[in-house]
Amino acid sequence: MSLFVSAIGQGLLWAVLGVGLFLTFRILDFADMTVEGTFPLGAATAVAAISNGMNPMLATLLAFAIGAIAGLITGLLYTKGHIPILLAGILVMTACYSVNLRIMGRANVSLLGKSTLFKNHFLASLPQYFDSVFLGTLVMVVITGLVIYFLQTQLGQGFIATGDNQTMARSLGINTDNMKIMGLMVSNGLIAFGGALVAQNNGYADVNMGIGIIVIALASIIIGEVAFGDLTLNQRLVAVTLGSILYRFVLLIVLKLGFSANDLNLLSSIILALCMMLPVFKKTLNFKHILKRGLDTND
Amino acid sequence: MTKPLLELKNVVLKVNRNTPEEIMILDHLNLTINAGDFITVLGSNGAGKSTLFNAIGGDLSIDSGQILLNGKDISHESVEKRTRFLARVFQDPKLGTAPRMNVAENLLLAERRGQRRTLAPRHLNKQLDRYKEITATMHNGLDERLTTATGNLSGGQRQALSFLMATLKRPEILLLDEHTAALDPQTSQDLMHLTNERVQEQQLTCLMITHHLEDALTYGNRLIVLHHGKVTFDVAGAKKKALTTEKLYSFFAEIE
Repeated sequence: MSLFVSAIGQGLLWAVLGVGLFLTFRILDFADMTVEGTFPLGAATAVAAISNGMNPMLATLLAFAIGAIAGLITGLLYTKGHIPILLAGILVMTACYSVNLRIMGRANVSLLGKSTLFKNHFLASLPQYFDSVFLGTLVMVVITGLVIYFLQTQLGQGFIATGDNQTMARSLGINTDNMKIMGLMVSNGLIAFGGALVAQNNGYADVNMGIGIIVIALASIIIGEVAFGDLTLNQRLVAVTLGSILYRFVLLIVLKLGFSANDLNLLSSIILALCMMLPVFKKTLNFKHILKRGLDTND
Repeated sequence: MTKPLLELKNVVLKVNRNTPEEIMILDHLNLTINAGDFITVLGSNGAGKSTLFNAIGGDLSIDSGQILLNGKDISHESVEKRTRFLARVFQDPKLGTAPRMNVAENLLLAERRGQRRTLAPRHLNKQLDRYKEITATMHNGLDERLTTATGNLSGGQRQALSFLMATLKRPEILLLDEHTAALDPQTSQDLMHLTNERVQEQQLTCLMITHHLEDALTYGNRLIVLHHGKVTFDVAGAKKKALTTEKLYSFFAEIE
């Protein structure tokens, strides 16, 4: 039971990554590698700030801002520097590694004995693991709500149109460069925010904690889509959080099967690859189904 | 009605600048477009028709010369800024609409062409009745599909929507780049009729690229021919009415 609650809590805390990545991967329609750098960047920022006596809430918001700056750099390299987005993301991600070491001073910094978002009277009074469930739910409701509101504004519609059809967006006077930069900033801000949350939940930040982040974030998006099928844009955003929780359940099962935590990146990649190939499988399966029906009805 | 709206003066536009493959696509082109002109643009492939549109739209920057709108130099204004007065319909139906957004959302986007987009709610539902009326004027079932993603529309419906979007907020200049070429003959004719109707009704100033000599003769009050980046032929009014396809063919044979 406690493992079950823990998985839900983890799923909720990590879901913010899925929503962040959704903005670039699904709406702007490109894969932004920066997130592998901004996740530990957010963690490092929050941990360093808290260690230096900053209020955990402010430290988490600071992580968002620093992540957004990293996104801004990727956006400028991509739109103004004409560097392909994949490479622009990898450049900033790589640079983040050094920046993170600078921020933390060493590869791993513990929050032992320091105040975090999870250490307040109310959350401490909850049963074990329910603190992350509560905080995660609160965060996801607010963030998903804000993103949904934004997408329904005039600006948000321009943002969607940019990812949908750039030529058309430009011909309607939408500054597509600015839209991409804005998307990358908010996306990476959210990912760094997620990094700050996870670091406080784990009690430490590690310079290597960004490895495989894009796969985990993608997994929540894709699993949500696969599990819930045809949805409106708003519903899809909610499905990301549910997908993130489902993903944690899958990991739980996999660990129960006897795999070790060291195998998680391999398994995550396999799970994601299978989910992404599902449309291909479905096509072949449907084809068989149709063939079968055609043969059966001989009247 | 004869006040110059848009003037292109000695416009030069090169591609592959500073390389051995440098080509001058627009070669000291001069063109004065008056308010209310409906100009059909003819020319062989590579004559510079699309480049002319891209120069007016700002997608391509010009090397020398001037583009004036109501006497004001707009040669270096960005694409986004020019959309305040300019609307375009592309040849490819896929280029004119956002495929994952529905018909109503596309119309809403188009209605704010060239305007600032803020964090104000979009208020789509309030517009639906009005959009239904507007799309019903297209007589192609678009009004029944307001909530359909445009990616699921037929090419004809998409292109009709693109045209509607371009004229929803009245542009000072409308650029139609072979906007009926990708459609089947009947749909193409329907959209051409509709285009003519709208342009007359709203007294739009319009440039239309076409490869259909009949369309070029039937529609508009003025006809120009582009050749090697220059306007080599420019007739209007009665002179244009007197033109025939035979005369145009022989003219083309002459310049080639």
